[in-house]
Amino acid sequence: MRTVIAEDSVLLREGLAHILRRFGHEVTAVGDAPGLLAAVRHDPPDVVITDVRMPPGFSNEGLVAALQLRRDRPGLPVLVLSQYVEHGSAAELLETGEGVGYLLKDRVSEVAHFISAVEEVRGGGTVLDPEVVRRLLARRRVRSPIDALTPREREVLALIAEGRSNAAIARRLTVTDAAVAKHVNAILTKLDLPPAPDDHRRVLAVLAYLRA
Amino acid sequence: MCPRTLSVMTTASPRSAWEALAAGPVRFLRTSWPWRVVGWALSGCLVAVVWTVAFLGLVVVPVAALLALLTGVGLADVERRRLRLVDRTAAPSPHARPRRPGFVAWFATRFREVATWRELGYAVVFALVLAWLDAAMGLVFCLGLAVVLAPVLIALTPQVQPDELVWFGPYPLLAQLGLSLAGLLLLPVLAYLVTAYVAARVALTRVLLVGRGGPAPHAEVAELTRSRVRLVEAMDAQRRRIERDLHDGAQQRLTGVAMTLGLARLELDGTTGPARELVDRAYEQSRLALAELRELVHGIHPQALVDSGLPAALATLADRSPVPVQLDVTLPARPPAEVEAAAWFIAGEALANVAKHSGAAQAWVRARTSGGAVVLEIGDDGRGGADPAGGTGLVGLADRVSVLGGRITLSSPDGGPTLLTVELPCGP
Repeated sequence: MRTVIAEDSVLLREGLAHILRRFGHEVTAVGDAPGLLAAVRHDPPDVVITDVRMPPGFSNEGLVAALQLRRDRPGLPVLVLSQYVEHGSAAELLETGEGVGYLLKDRVSEVAHFISAVEEVRGGGTVLDPEVVRRLLARRRVRSPIDALTPREREVLALIAEGRSNAAIARRLTVTDAAVAKHVNAILTKLDLPPAPDDHRRVLAVLAYLRA
Repeated sequence: MCPRTLSVMTTASPRSAWEALAAGPVRFLRTSWPWRVVGWALSGCLVAVVWTVAFLGLVVVPVAALLALLTGVGLADVERRRLRLVDRTAAPSPHARPRRPGFVAWFATRFREVATWRELGYAVVFALVLAWLDAAMGLVFCLGLAVVLAPVLIALTPQVQPDELVWFGPYPLLAQLGLSLAGLLLLPVLAYLVTAYVAARVALTRVLLVGRGGPAPHAEVAELTRSRVRLVEAMDAQRRRIERDLHDGAQQRLTGVAMTLGLARLELDGTTGPARELVDRAYEQSRLALAELRELVHGIHPQALVDSGLPAALATLADRSPVPVQLDVTLPARPPAEVEAAAWFIAGEALANVAKHSGAAQAWVRARTSGGAVVLEIGDDGRGGADPAGGTGLVGLADRVSVLGGRITLSSPDGGPTLLTVELPCGP
């Protein structure tokens, strides 16, 4: 798998490249947002992993670059790593469609999880950091469609948001695949997402969650 | 909702001749106010004469001519003191106190002030017109008084024959008494007229000669305010610097350590023994340290505030609040950084208080712009009774607000609800 990583800290860039190479990635590493855009233009990779805060402004250049890449090349898998959780950024990314991820940076140290998240995004899945999901679950807004969900359905939705497949959710909750499918259908109905042939409905459900 | 405000009704003695007159013309005549009004109206011309002499005297001396320009300051000082006769409201000087002692500093300060030239203009108009008009009005009241006292005056001055001045008819004494009675009726009317005139004159004098509210704005006070603004700005800049340093330094290194330990665990996968256990423990500890550091850095100065502005930062605060928060933020443009920082700190502190003390089931945060200011409201449906003096962080926040020239109001009756309103001006 050919991967471009953008991270300004040399220490983390090397660490990230080391981990990815160990799992067979062919890594191109850059240190800022213009570098990232140039690298992708020069040789489009299979997946992009980028930091949010990078030179020159040390603001959210990485996120802006990620959004631009998603606009210019729809479907290019992009995983954004952030030092802190801001669900506005997560929602912006998710709105660009499937094949995106938003993880806290220290999640990289859970190496096996991190690698599977990269695979998930590469395969067109959506991955949200469990911290984002936890915050959203803890938040009790007034009159949110999420209120209509049962605790079990919320649990399932949280796992969907983390980018897990029905089979993975079934394993995690030790229930049958059919039971998970039933929960997923209930969630989609309650969130007013009519049946469509697309798996994208799962992303829409998570988006509804983020906007609630 | 009933805001806990303190209102003081003043039923005590009137503060000005005009107020005294409102009690009714007859009662007014029994007080000392008519005499104060007349005294004020008549004494003006004395001041005018003294000033004119001083001014002309200085103007003809070549070196002192500059000083003549400052005579308005002296006249204004006398006029402000004279105002006390008819108006008990404080009449502070509009001048700043010179920053250094000594005549030269005083001279330099006065010459640069607009108030000085306004006072000189007033002095000229006063000496030429106003003082004499005042005196004329004073005399009108005296004339009324003379009519009332006519029989007495005539009786006291037998050498003057009234018939030589006015013919009182066949019954002079009766006519004189009738005149006196008419004067008695006329006197309240005259008192009313003269007092109304004086009230207008007082208002004019106040506009031109009196500083705006409170004590005289000393140069040091202005300087102190500026230095407090600088202090808060420096504090904010330092917080941002610390946040950046932590982000670029400790946070990155610690993330690197966690990554390395994560890789080490991967290499040790499938093995058991003390080494694996120690690596696991070190890994868990590094993760915990990272989580704590992240919270700490966020509390110092949230990156969300810099990147995405107040709405995003407030949303993050609302997410972290254990009490559900309804957010309603409408800001057409990004306020200045110091206003955003202050609003964020205040909302954070207020929501922390809601969680700790209010027992509320629901809180709300509203942010709007109104008249060039950001208006931030934080309310809850809790038990109320919040005391700003009760050692909550609100006193510290009030300092921050005052530095920005804003206002902070707390309404928290027992039984709730509590509403904290903060106005933060965005302009200079």
